[in-house]
Amino acid sequence: MSDDGLVLLQLHEPGETPVPHQDEAGLAVGIDLGTTNSVVAFSFDTEVEVLKDENGKALIPSVVHYKDDGSVVVGREAREAILESPDQVVSSIKRLMGRGLEDVKSLAGTLPYDVEVPPEGGMVRLRVAGRTLTPVAISAHILMAIKDRAEQAMLGKAVTRAVITVPAYFDDAARTATKDAARLADIEVLRLVNEPTAAALAYGLDNSVEGLYAVYDLGGGTFDISILKMEKGVFQVKATGGDAVLGGDDIDHAVAEYFLAQRQAGAAITAGEVKQALMTARVAKECLTGRQSGEWMIELDGTASRHSLTRDELEKLAAPFVERTIEICRGVVEDAGIDVSDIQGVVLVGGSTRMPLVRKRVAEFFGREPLSDINPDEVVAVGAALQAEALTRGSDTLLLDVTPLSLGIETMGGIVEKVIPRNTPIPVAMAQEFTTYQDGQSAMSIHVVQGEREMVDQCRSLARFVLRGIPPMAAGAARIRVTFQVDADGLLTVSAQEMTTGIEQHVAVKPSYGLSDDEMANMLRDSLVHAKDDMAQRLLTESVVEARRSVLAVKSALGVDSDLLSDDERQAIDAAIEAVETACAGTDRDAVNAAVETLEDSTKGFAEKRMDRGIRQALAGVSVERLDDALGGE
Amino acid sequence: MTASIATAAASVVPCWSCKGPVATRALFCSVCGAVQGPGTIDHFSRLGLQPTFDIDLDLLEKQYFGFQRRLHPDRFAAKSAKERALSQSQATALNEAYETLKDPLKRAAYVLDLKGHKVDLTACGTINDPVLLMEQMEKREAIAEADTVDTITKLSAEADTEVIACQCHISAAINAGAFEEAVHLTIRLKYLAKLAEEARTKKTRMTRAMR
Repeated sequence: MSDDGLVLLQLHEPGETPVPHQDEAGLAVGIDLGTTNSVVAFSFDTEVEVLKDENGKALIPSVVHYKDDGSVVVGREAREAILESPDQVVSSIKRLMGRGLEDVKSLAGTLPYDVEVPPEGGMVRLRVAGRTLTPVAISAHILMAIKDRAEQAMLGKAVTRAVITVPAYFDDAARTATKDAARLADIEVLRLVNEPTAAALAYGLDNSVEGLYAVYDLGGGTFDISILKMEKGVFQVKATGGDAVLGGDDIDHAVAEYFLAQRQAGAAITAGEVKQALMTARVAKECLTGRQSGEWMIELDGTASRHSLTRDELEKLAAPFVERTIEICRGVVEDAGIDVSDIQGVVLVGGSTRMPLVRKRVAEFFGREPLSDINPDEVVAVGAALQAEALTRGSDTLLLDVTPLSLGIETMGGIVEKVIPRNTPIPVAMAQEFTTYQDGQSAMSIHVVQGEREMVDQCRSLARFVLRGIPPMAAGAARIRVTFQVDADGLLTVSAQEMTTGIEQHVAVKPSYGLSDDEMANMLRDSLVHAKDDMAQRLLTESVVEARRSVLAVKSALGVDSDLLSDDERQAIDAAIEAVETACAGTDRDAVNAAVETLEDSTKGFAEKRMDRGIRQALAGVSVERLDDALGGE
Repeated sequence: MTASIATAAASVVPCWSCKGPVATRALFCSVCGAVQGPGTIDHFSRLGLQPTFDIDLDLLEKQYFGFQRRLHPDRFAAKSAKERALSQSQATALNEAYETLKDPLKRAAYVLDLKGHKVDLTACGTINDPVLLMEQMEKREAIAEADTVDTITKLSAEADTEVIACQCHISAAINAGAFEEAVHLTIRLKYLAKLAEEARTKKTRMTRAMR
């Protein structure tokens, strides 16, 4: 920029110019898809608005009511229906995203859901009001309601893209399930952002904080703790940890168990009654944030009972869970390689941090009063909205996140060999070489797990796949290089290559707790949105984005090297550009692709002449590193 | 002459997007602005640093942040699929460079690798050097036997000091061109670091138990 500090023109860096016609793609919002409540927010010029319903409420209870008439209701109304028709209502579905039957928590021996597991194992299904639903489909219903809310609040403008937050400690299966749910709800996920990181972004931008900060995020179903270094707009996660099934729900469970134990042992309780007891317990817990004691009624099987609870008693019930979070904090501080005293501030996130016991223990552990000046229920959505704007309109801030869990593969004897250790910055790629142990062996089975334990059965199974087509060789001669890649969403992809022959393998990964492609296709077909049209639209958009990039590239080239062209050549290129622009205005994807191909053909000669000139200049000592010269740090 | 033509030709490649000439090491095409692939360059060059073991960690971080600001996938979320994929490769390469150079042990092994001396850090368990083996066994025993917070604190501090000392020796050896010795010291550093880690873990555990 100019020396006197006067900025006349806001110049974008090459590669950072916003995509033209971005409004065509619809608005981008930030969604905190919570266990208990969800929140949606929108940011424009880093001014964030949390979108509210007509009653001014920001929180959308993550509760879905599947009614007899086939209609689906989400939110406050659905939550109220728990007492009336518990069998038709689903809550806390986030805890089952990418989970198996062994992860479902029972109360007094009864599960709060009517669940089934497909014969081949994998993610649980819920039987609700005569339907069998996956957690992905139920989450999609919540996301559709959030989308509706956002579109109403944005005066009917289409909301098509979002940053969706997930617990930092979510594993690959749960992240994939979240992304699948968004697809069913017709929302394009710009990025999955970890909840504590989103909260840090909201705090960092608001208070222009610098240094090391801890974000303690205790929600309804999940606990995360992240330690971040914030510096000049960079938010670098140093270490993260947590428990994907530890939250306010567990305290509700403990309180409900306590209440039920006070009742005379009667007939076994039903799944519906479990839900009612849990709801009463939650109300009791929340009341005791402001009061010292209270009394609540539970009506089961026609008989009502009264239960009193004091804050002291509640805190005794909650203490084991809170202590577990403190224990996890201790481990993460160690992982970050720092001392507690190095931390400049602690941010509280999540509704469960309203509990006085939580605040007291966090303050004791970190040796300072935690910050909670941004509403702990809304701060994650605020951060997500800021990131949604950053991704679509550009930004100076940067989030650098890490993998929460180590990624490994099963070796002989069920021992895990770590491939990518936890707290590695993402995106990351690591390769591992394998060999055959039998002469002529043509296939090899690989089992990918996530977790910190040494034995496979103590880690979470992510996926299994078989490498086929290994050329016949003596045992130990084949060298198969398997590359594990974790992208910026924290999602894993695997590819494999036989190194002696160079044969690239397509790896079909069968997720252990995911949905198969067929299942996903069926769900998309059955979903309320017109998935097929939607898919066609996406492909068209992708082609148009690519076509516009091609045109811009050719125009830039013409800007510097058009003297290399004869008039005829120039006319041919101009005509081809025009044809692409015309095709982009239409809706025929094939026409767009064909026009781009013609453009590429018509510029081939031009490209050769440009390369010749470039090499001649390089030979003459003229640097083509016009940009490269200016590279470096900040 | 032919050699210089080859050099000149090798320093220029076609940009995947506008097909014009772009420097092999450029991050972006100077004509059309498209992000380029990460290429194969060493970790120091990738982060714009001098190839030395005695690295300024603040500068490393500053360079890393600077490059990530321009190349991270978040900067390309609304771009074409190809540009998103290239930015992911760039960011992945930056992370690998940063993770390698940040850690003294990995950095030492990497610098020696660049000098043509392989240090195998993954070979676990076996120590070929009898002196190192003896020393490690004695120290490990001392840590295992430490039964007071004072003892373990002292051992932990000693272990940390030895790690730092070993890093200084590695630096001196590399700077003197004594690469064989530096390889030897790097293997030693690996075990010292492991020992220091064990001592620290035990210290934390014992201090916690005291409360």
